Amino acid sequence: MSDTTELGKTPLTALNARIGGKMVDFAGYEMPVQFPEGVMKEHLHTRAKAGLFDVGHMGQVILRAKSGKVEDAALALERLVPVDVLGLKPGRQRYGLFTDQNGGILDDLMFANRGDHLFLVVNAACKAQDIAHLRKHLSGDFEIEELTDRGLIALQGPAAEKALAKLNPDVAAMAFMDVKDVTLAGASCIVSRSGYSGEDGYEISVPAEQAVELTEALLADPDVHPIGLGARDSLRLEAGLCLYGNDIDTTTTPVAAALEWAVQKVRRAGGARAGGFPGADVILPEFERGASRRRVGLAPEGRAPVRGGAVLFADETASEPVGMVTSGGFGPSVDRPVAMGHVATSLSEPGTRLYAEVRGKRLPVTVATLPFITPRYKRA
Amino acid sequence: MLKYTEDHEWLNLADGVATVGITNHAVEQLGDLVFVDLPEVGAQLAKGDAAATVESVKAASDVYCPLDGEIVEVNEAIVNDPSIVNSDAQAAGWFFKLKLARPADADGLMDEAAYLALVG
Repeated sequence: MSDTTELGKTPLTALNARIGGKMVDFAGYEMPVQFPEGVMKEHLHTRAKAGLFDVGHMGQVILRAKSGKVEDAALALERLVPVDVLGLKPGRQRYGLFTDQNGGILDDLMFANRGDHLFLVVNAACKAQDIAHLRKHLSGDFEIEELTDRGLIALQGPAAEKALAKLNPDVAAMAFMDVKDVTLAGASCIVSRSGYSGEDGYEISVPAEQAVELTEALLADPDVHPIGLGARDSLRLEAGLCLYGNDIDTTTTPVAAALEWAVQKVRRAGGARAGGFPGADVILPEFERGASRRRVGLAPEGRAPVRGGAVLFADETASEPVGMVTSGGFGPSVDRPVAMGHVATSLSEPGTRLYAEVRGKRLPVTVATLPFITPRYKRA
Repeated sequence: MLKYTEDHEWLNLADGVATVGITNHAVEQLGDLVFVDLPEVGAQLAKGDAAATVESVKAASDVYCPLDGEIVEVNEAIVNDPSIVNSDAQAAGWFFKLKLARPADADGLMDEAAYLALVG
């Protein structure tokens, strides 16, 4: 990006700056990396009470079949994701992956069955490419519309339900991955009970012109603090959730990413709608024989954080790497460093000791089960 | 005598030995520290060498050696509890003591007024 390019703004950019957000360029958007409270306290507050995140940089996309049938839209999306879309009931949301011809991951996304259409939320850095991908492969019988006139807010943490229910009690009865239309502070919102922190919480799509009013109403609750991208990253890392571009990318297959759970049996070999997505010939055999490498949790044994990009070795002297750290930092809730990485599958068993090279030193790390915290999703 | 560098370190000079730490301004920029790595006592360092490393939740940063010299003492207290640097950067949160190769080198560093003008 040339420095003459103006950064994108969300409906909340001005509010974020006004309340003390330290604004940075993230995926071409002017976003708060932290607020005056700081990353550590923001992280801990989200796990103790509730955090409010502006995620309006993410893409919100409607996929609608011209037939008017959501089943047709579902089958169309199944041509691009190795996921059971058709089996998703109205008012429910699911995690998905766009794959490429080589079996790699183009992006990860959330999609919801909204009764007569699908509603997709995709990563900011990938959204232009994702929408082009949808239009290229699903032209003709489908409408693909980016909702550029809506903000997106995440409210996460054990006090999220109480805080949001003050604005509309209907949200309390929602279960994890439910999606529904809810009026909040006078705004017609699409609310899902989901998030990216490992906590219970909601993501709220709100008309752009009402986003500030809704955010201010939520921040008026003393339990709700504004949270920046720094704590968003440490929260999701403790929760074992992937960051696209770091932990998963076009060189990572769903099995190498340890995301087998995202590929339902109906789309696997022997399933009623097996295959039929890009890279199926690479991806499906890996469910039987495994991938050559695998995403794992990594627990550094010392106090030094091990960051993304650190190379992993089997011992203190080996010259051949056996993997790489893809995300890493300090986990405020577990009060120690936490990381994720890709390692040779033969070394992916929890408890395996490896060494990460940091500033010329080899620091011991142990392969760990994910997540590092116990998630508190409100399962039905 | 208190001196400052453009890399946001402070030096308290006495008898050719500089007690070195990072400034309040630097700490504000870094945020909550979670890890500090200090040099070995006895290390001979040149000006600009990476002498110590500090890590916040988000990122790692080097602390540079402000002048040529030898490390004669390090502050183990901040290794055990990095939050001391956040709470008291310019006193209890000192990093190391550096015996200067040439004490007169310190004359070229900024005084407090010049440093405060730099960071605005």
